[in-house]
Amino acid sequence: MNNLELSRMANEVRKGIIISVHSAKAGHPGGSLSAADIFTYLYFEEMNIDPANPKMENRDRFVLSKGHTAPGLYAALAHRGFFPVEDLTTLRHLGSYLQGHPCLQHVPGVDMSTGSLGQGISAAVGMALGAKMSGQDFRVYTLLGDGEIQEGQVWEAAMFAGHRKLDNLVVIVDNNGLQIDGDIEDVCSPYPIDKKFEAFNFHVIDLADGNDMEQIRTAFEEARKVKGMPVAIVAHTLKGKGVSFMEGEAGWHGKAPNDEQYEIAMADLERIGEALCQK
Amino acid sequence: MSEVKKIATREAFGSALVEFGEKCPDLVVLDADLAGATKTEVFKKRFPERHIDCGIAEANMMCIAAGLSLAGKIPVASSFAMFAAGRAYEQVRNSIGYPHLNVKIGATHAGITVGEDGASHQCNEDIALMRTIPGMTILNPSDAVEARACVLAALEYEGPVYMRFGRAAVPVINDNAEYHFEMGKGTLLREGSDVTIVATGIMVNSALEAAEMLAAEGISAEVINICTIKPLDSELIVKSAKKTGKVVTAEEHSIIGGLGSAVCEALAESFPAPVYRIGIRDEFGQSGSASVLMEWYELDGKGVFKQVREFLK
Repeated sequence: MNNLELSRMANEVRKGIIISVHSAKAGHPGGSLSAADIFTYLYFEEMNIDPANPKMENRDRFVLSKGHTAPGLYAALAHRGFFPVEDLTTLRHLGSYLQGHPCLQHVPGVDMSTGSLGQGISAAVGMALGAKMSGQDFRVYTLLGDGEIQEGQVWEAAMFAGHRKLDNLVVIVDNNGLQIDGDIEDVCSPYPIDKKFEAFNFHVIDLADGNDMEQIRTAFEEARKVKGMPVAIVAHTLKGKGVSFMEGEAGWHGKAPNDEQYEIAMADLERIGEALCQK
Repeated sequence: MSEVKKIATREAFGSALVEFGEKCPDLVVLDADLAGATKTEVFKKRFPERHIDCGIAEANMMCIAAGLSLAGKIPVASSFAMFAAGRAYEQVRNSIGYPHLNVKIGATHAGITVGEDGASHQCNEDIALMRTIPGMTILNPSDAVEARACVLAALEYEGPVYMRFGRAAVPVINDNAEYHFEMGKGTLLREGSDVTIVATGIMVNSALEAAEMLAAEGISAEVINICTIKPLDSELIVKSAKKTGKVVTAEEHSIIGGLGSAVCEALAESFPAPVYRIGIRDEFGQSGSASVLMEWYELDGKGVFKQVREFLK
């Protein structure tokens, strides 16, 4: 897909996020929306995957370390053909396979169960190490929140990945600047994020606008060329991106829109979609 | 009298990893800077490319093991019970238990026989913690022979297994032709009619010694070895309780949440019978040699004998 097509798809993914979270009357739209472009790029452009064969042995793996943004992952997987888009409305409903946080055993395309912050990156490191040990050439991607990197385990994993020179691992930090209790700088600043990963022997890529498809592509293309060390992409994004009243608001970290807000959100995304079609 | 052969179950664990490592190319072993103590060092020497030292980071190690299993490996993650089940509990629960991954945990230095290191390292709570995780199999071998059998059974089984090993050398009691291990099955080691002693791990030997002493006083004790604490062989325990009418549990672990609790739960649901739980009471341990501590906490043969006799009065 070209960048414009990817941006249009990312807008569909955003609609899927709003539809599913509204239907669930709970969930995490803010960080799902900030990462929607990255989800889209990974599943529609970057990763070697096959929706018809989700367990394909040599597939690239993705671990959503910030598991609460499952609505973003689910919407991307559904649109990519792993399961019906209509099922997104079952999110968080009793009996649905679309659990509040990703469950490896039940959702086609989910490579690791996550939800408890800081653990997904370690599992991704284990997968990358497994590939190296077996001489397989698949790549492993993991997406972390910028609040999540306050978890100490993230740095245990980073130390190990740097030590083992896992150049088949790409860690992406969704740096939207907000966590549940507010601005990450006020709660417990993780900055400077880039220097921290550099200190742990990562090749760090600064993605100035993690909601811009062209810049995302450039970042992932650079990541592919790195040899001998793992890569960290620090993606500066906008929390709630695409929905007017959610943008930049920590309050929309883990709250569902009511019916009225849902209409506004969908109208916002329709407008964005139409504008993208004019291009 | 000839000296009884004594081997620590952690030694048998290390040897078994090497033995099965030959036949199982997917077997990989993880450590957190304790390879010498957990005895995985022998595996490291034989298969350096399949031994992964994670450094002092047990939480990360458990999740790396999860990732390795998803890349087709059969990982055995090893550390002291305190850190494997305690420190990394939530990683084991969420990243291994919840996705039901094929990860084996080799927890050594369990229980009071850690000895001189004292309470900070004496994990008397690991069985309780692991029992709460849905789908987790818990194996607590009674000697070196059973420890080897546990490692083999764990590797042949698809799913998460917690294996509990000790630091101290303990008598080899299963070195006979009839010995057979089946995951989920207890073993009736001695028939009796007055009381059933259900023991696990290194307490099986104490229970057998106690049964001898009880016999000398005219008390007939039945002894059951429960190596698989979860899933529990309730059938065998209930059957024995129906015969003797009184049950004593014996474990080198807190009496809260471990074998004693599991047996009480099983009996309460189908055949309520008086139960006395032998183990570490609701307290922390202390420094001392393994044998001194076993005596102090009345976990040796004499201590079990004394407590059973008291219970039967």
